[in-house]
Amino acid sequence: MSHLPALQIVLPLLAAPICLLLRKSSLAWLLALGVALCGLAISIVLFHRTLNGEIISYAMGGWEPPWGIEYRVDRLSAFVLLIVSAIAAVTFAFANRSIAREIPLQKHSLFYTALLLCLAGLLGITITGDAFNLFVFLEISSLSSYVLISFGRERRALTAAFQYLIMGTIGATMILIGTGFIYMMTGTLNMADLALRLPGVMDTNTVRAAFAFLIVGFSIKLALFPLHVWLPNSYAYAPSVVSAFLAATATKVAIYSLIRFIFTIFGVDFAFGEMPLQVILILLSIIAVFVGSLSAIFQLNIKHMLAYSSVAQIGYIIIGIALVSAVGLSAGILHLFNHALIKGCLFLAVGCVFYQQGDATIDNFKGLGKTMPWTMAAFVIGGLGIIGMPLTAGFVSKWYLVLAALEHGVVGMIIIISVLLGSLLAVAYIWRIVEAAYFNQPEAAAIERGEAPLALLIPTWILALATIYFGIFTQLSVDAAMQAAQSLLGGK
Amino acid sequence: MTNFDPGMLMAIIVVLPFLGALLIALAGKNPNLREFFTLATGVTTFLLVLNLLPGVFNNETTRYTFAEPFPGLTLQFSLEPLGMIFALMASFLWVVTSIYSIGYMRGNNEQNQTRFYVGFAVAIAFTLGLAFSANLLTLFVFYEMLTISTYPLVTHAGTDHARKGGRVYLGILLTTSIALFLPAMIWTYHSTGTLDFRPGGIFAEGADKFVVGIILLLFFFGVGKAALMPFHRWLPAAMVAPTPVSALLHAVAVVKAGVFTVLKIAVYIFGIDLLASLEARDILLYVAGGGVLLASLIAMRQNNLKARLAYSTVSQLGYVTLGALLATQAGVTGASMHIVMHAFGKITLFFCAGAIYVASRKTEINDMVGLGRTMPFTMAAFTIGALSVVGLPPTGGTWSKWYLMQGTLESGHLILMGVLMVSSLLNIAYLLPIPVRGFFNKTGNSDGNSGIKEAPRPILLAIAITVSGCILLFIFPQALYDLATMVR
Repeated sequence: MSHLPALQIVLPLLAAPICLLLRKSSLAWLLALGVALCGLAISIVLFHRTLNGEIISYAMGGWEPPWGIEYRVDRLSAFVLLIVSAIAAVTFAFANRSIAREIPLQKHSLFYTALLLCLAGLLGITITGDAFNLFVFLEISSLSSYVLISFGRERRALTAAFQYLIMGTIGATMILIGTGFIYMMTGTLNMADLALRLPGVMDTNTVRAAFAFLIVGFSIKLALFPLHVWLPNSYAYAPSVVSAFLAATATKVAIYSLIRFIFTIFGVDFAFGEMPLQVILILLSIIAVFVGSLSAIFQLNIKHMLAYSSVAQIGYIIIGIALVSAVGLSAGILHLFNHALIKGCLFLAVGCVFYQQGDATIDNFKGLGKTMPWTMAAFVIGGLGIIGMPLTAGFVSKWYLVLAALEHGVVGMIIIISVLLGSLLAVAYIWRIVEAAYFNQPEAAAIERGEAPLALLIPTWILALATIYFGIFTQLSVDAAMQAAQSLLGGK
Repeated sequence: MTNFDPGMLMAIIVVLPFLGALLIALAGKNPNLREFFTLATGVTTFLLVLNLLPGVFNNETTRYTFAEPFPGLTLQFSLEPLGMIFALMASFLWVVTSIYSIGYMRGNNEQNQTRFYVGFAVAIAFTLGLAFSANLLTLFVFYEMLTISTYPLVTHAGTDHARKGGRVYLGILLTTSIALFLPAMIWTYHSTGTLDFRPGGIFAEGADKFVVGIILLLFFFGVGKAALMPFHRWLPAAMVAPTPVSALLHAVAVVKAGVFTVLKIAVYIFGIDLLASLEARDILLYVAGGGVLLASLIAMRQNNLKARLAYSTVSQLGYVTLGALLATQAGVTGASMHIVMHAFGKITLFFCAGAIYVASRKTEINDMVGLGRTMPFTMAAFTIGALSVVGLPPTGGTWSKWYLMQGTLESGHLILMGVLMVSSLLNIAYLLPIPVRGFFNKTGNSDGNSGIKEAPRPILLAIAITVSGCILLFIFPQALYDLATMVR
């Protein structure tokens, strides 16, 4: 039991090369799915153990921190681990049938290898308590996601992956420089140790520069406006299951890292007191909400549309975080969770359409209300979640976000207006699809193809039902987010 | 049945139409069985609601909590006079409308009838949930669900026209609720720490009048379903729906959900004492009063019968909003009663409009000249429904208007009394000429009416029930009045 934190990472890391050796697609899939399910079980146990506020510290290889690499599971990281591994389990289950029509058979084992590496990287970023180790895992996840995106069926996937590669590498380099600077000033890389030593050297330009590099670097990885340009194409041209997996996890983990560096390492006073971070983040996030939502309205490719919607939703999360209050921060963390569910559901539903129709432009959706009723119902549920309708998870996030903004006077009012206008713009882009699906007669070929197979529908519906469940019974998600926020802000 | 705990019973009542919807969907291949399920569910639901009535008169408070999405904020049902009025009315008129729908949908050979009945049952379930809501959050949840669930009904025809109407419908209702209603609710929660409906309201004594006033404005404009001008455009747009939908949803369930919400907020969130002291209230009073007149004037210019009725509804909803804003006991009583009185009157008018359409395919008022000779029953019913909307004996509309007038006197806003009187005259001017020309005008193109017979029997039966309702509510208003005076 005490080795659980290590197992969380080691399992997918070891399974990845084994996958490569398994030449048969279904075997590789079973292994990947099994590893994802084990990972989910482990993260549930870890989540459960941190519920009472316990912090699990694990010394990698027996080297005591701060000298060795420490894995550190507190409430926030346990929550994010849970999100990532749960989404992984659901999307991996979706993968088998989905990639059968999107990726040539001989590349399947390679695909699962990259998928597992990506999972290992994402989980590693979340669990590690070591700044440099975080960079290493970031690179593992990034490199594997470039590969995953380039698996896309169209040749444009290659340019999308290349664009992401360039942007991602710039971001990673900045993070490396930032980490190097703080190491130079403090001589340590352990996060807890950094938090202790940084205040002594806070008043230097090196630390300020480090902070700036780190913030910009993570902003690229989490696709904050205007550093989001890599995201839409990557999500649009990647294989469906990759879009769903990355959209629900990769940017979330980057946001997690941002929170970690701001709140745990640098501290609220430095980040928001000495540096003008709040103004910058809130301003950019508000613009992100509008630019993302407005761009989404005009996309013909629905994966593009969902990707732009993600840009807007990331804006919501960052707004919550930048409010720096207990309610705001928990709203941000909560939306991290809720948005992962909702966007995962939407991307999987689009994956079903892609599987049956061969593409996912708005024309492919015509008449699907009749021919693919279950897929479209899941899409509508996810869509209502993005809009923030009551009884969906999106409503709960929006509730807390508005509640948090109410404490901030005029700025708060502007935030509330942007959040609500963003919801209305979401109505506009979601309803285009609903109208296409329900107001058109299906083509003869679409009628023949019919509904997507159960192997795709079940994962999609798990996320759709989760979207509703966490809109009504919020105890788990809200409590976890609240407690994580409290401990970040220096509570117990 | 009396063995049930009333709290549990409310939950069962809300779930029942969902089960009905399931059965209806399963019986889709067999229309007779399907319609049987619709009626059976409707009657059972109504009887169960009726079963709750004694508890309300005994002032029992029962609650049923089914979830707690936010710490301290529950999704909860509770029994309360105003909700009781609304639930009784909606469940009763659902039964009547179901009878009507059978005649209408079959008479018109409409497409996708199963979807229609399923949608109807679901919409009623959400309406009942809204009626039983114990707090604003629960109410909001059902309010939004009602919007979404009625969208397929409004756009039932599936044409381009229906799609456009649906856009306006959804656009205005969602925009107002998300952009105004929701922030008003969260703001209320932020300043009071609760969203429960409580007699006397939840705002503290010393609450900042300016802030409370802004919240009031957000609420009243935010409840788009109450169709307070300028957010009324969705209602005429929703007339693309089949007539039974217009009748039940846009004379009873949806619009009444709107004014019901407004009334609940006025009485149980603000409390009439606080309300009377707000400057924002005075602004709203005149906005509502102006809306009443303006909508009536627009109604006069509509040649399409359903459009005219829609604008008439906008105007009549203004009465209820006015009654709530008057912040006097008589105003609240009148508003509560008007919810029911107008429902019976207006649903009769819509039923008649649908009957005329089924029998003669006529939608424009100009073409209905002389129709009274071939469809005497329908036109006579139309006359009585119109009298009730105007507020003249021998119909129930008389009483609600009486108390509304009394409310304007109590509050001292005499101009508003004038507004109500002028509006009544306007109502006469745009409603009564239709039957008058139907019966007495000989110069019209009555030749075109040959071969037209009365509508199918289920339609006539439904009309007969609602017409009797209009008249019975005039003779026996006591029970309704008693319930309405308990709203305080």
